[in-house]
Amino acid sequence: MEFKVTTRSELETIELAQNFESEKFPNMIICLDGELGSGKTVFTKGIANALGITESITSPTFTIIKEYDGELPLYHMDVYRLDGNTDGTGIEEYFTKGGVVVIEWADTIKDILPSERLHIKFKIVDENKRILILTPYGKQYEELCEAVL
Amino acid sequence: MKDTYIFAIESSCDETSASIVKNGSVEIATVVLSQMDIHAEYGGVVPEIASRHHIENVTMVLEEVLEKSNMSMDDIDAIAVTYGPGLIGSLLIGVQVAKTLSLVYNKPLVPVHHIAGHIYANNLVKPMEFPLIALVVSGGHTKLIYMKEDYSFEEIGGTLDDAVGEAYDKVARVLGLPYPGGPMIDKLSLEGQDTYTLPIPLDDNSYNFSFSGLKSAVINLVHNEKQRGNEIRIADLATTFQNRAIDVLTKKTMRALKEYHVKHLIIAGGVSANKILRNRFQELCLENNIELIVPKMKYCTDNAAMIGAAGYYAYKLGRRAGLDLNAKATDSLK
Repeated sequence: MEFKVTTRSELETIELAQNFESEKFPNMIICLDGELGSGKTVFTKGIANALGITESITSPTFTIIKEYDGELPLYHMDVYRLDGNTDGTGIEEYFTKGGVVVIEWADTIKDILPSERLHIKFKIVDENKRILILTPYGKQYEELCEAVL
Repeated sequence: MKDTYIFAIESSCDETSASIVKNGSVEIATVVLSQMDIHAEYGGVVPEIASRHHIENVTMVLEEVLEKSNMSMDDIDAIAVTYGPGLIGSLLIGVQVAKTLSLVYNKPLVPVHHIAGHIYANNLVKPMEFPLIALVVSGGHTKLIYMKEDYSFEEIGGTLDDAVGEAYDKVARVLGLPYPGGPMIDKLSLEGQDTYTLPIPLDDNSYNFSFSGLKSAVINLVHNEKQRGNEIRIADLATTFQNRAIDVLTKKTMRALKEYHVKHLIIAGGVSANKILRNRFQELCLENNIELIVPKMKYCTDNAAMIGAAGYYAYKLGRRAGLDLNAKATDSLK
């Protein structure tokens, strides 16, 4: 199963993220991939904002993982720099802590990702336009996509 | 007047540090144990790993600072500690240690905001004079702060998205430069020319910054040039990017100095190590008859001496925490 969505502005990407947040459940795993500037952090902002988190969300490049308190905790990761080296990082623990987990550059840690998850690939079309390819893994995520899209 | 000695602890990110500071301005002894080598392997600070190393390091650091200073806990007036912002697991170690010391030795406990520490690092260079404007620039922060008097912080502007250090890092990545990207861009800009067209980000009348837009402009430019089959002149683009970032930092800071009728400017945080930034501010301050204070290079990164300096003023103002003090990952400066 695969869904394709086109967003024409940052705002549309944020709105899409907010729609996913409204169907949230504990341990929801959202994996984001796509080149720099394609909208991964913007999408995360949409989730955070809908979770009622008021702090500004910036990408956790230097600290790999940032935690925020919202209606559910948000665990925001940018695993680009790990380069696949996840030993001792405790990342797996976050998958079962009851929060919403958003992982930027998730493809680089494929081996440790839970088998059930939502994957979103961002493609830059032009300055504002993005194509998002959404792939749900597992029944819960298939239903999630059907509810939102 | 009797001297006041603050025992300070800082553990907000990947440095475990303790320091003893006299009267908020004289560093008696400081020990910093950096985990930089450990995290370099991961290309960033891994919170779980950082907190484990803080636990391993903290007693060594405490012992060493006492040894270096030739003092005992009896000589100490108060314990100051960074309670936030930072990595929660890392902060908790320092806070727990400070609470324990406070309880065991019966010393007042003084909570210190990490950014207040970065600002007060300058007090170890030269006594700060008020009113002043502080520009805090680092990997995680970009803020303009107005200080009417000691330990009064009014945030008049800050970044709406990425911190300036973050933008440097991402731009370096797009240009294919190795980590850490900031110093690389700074170095390349010494040989490059400002020949590309990039906008000055959020060039408005506010004191806020937006570096995400500048980062996106660089990404779009690279994208478009590649599609046209043009090669990117990396040094030139690094120079142009750095100039626009510094343009907006200097422009808004200088305007704040005028509007608030301030004669003293302080630059604090990791990015204050950037040479071009320091030079530009130096020139502008000379022209405008403003005194510029920048921290010594060793105080640009995280250390407990700056917490001891800030902690002294917090202590004098009667700021205290009880044993219920908790670490905070995010907290505004006040």
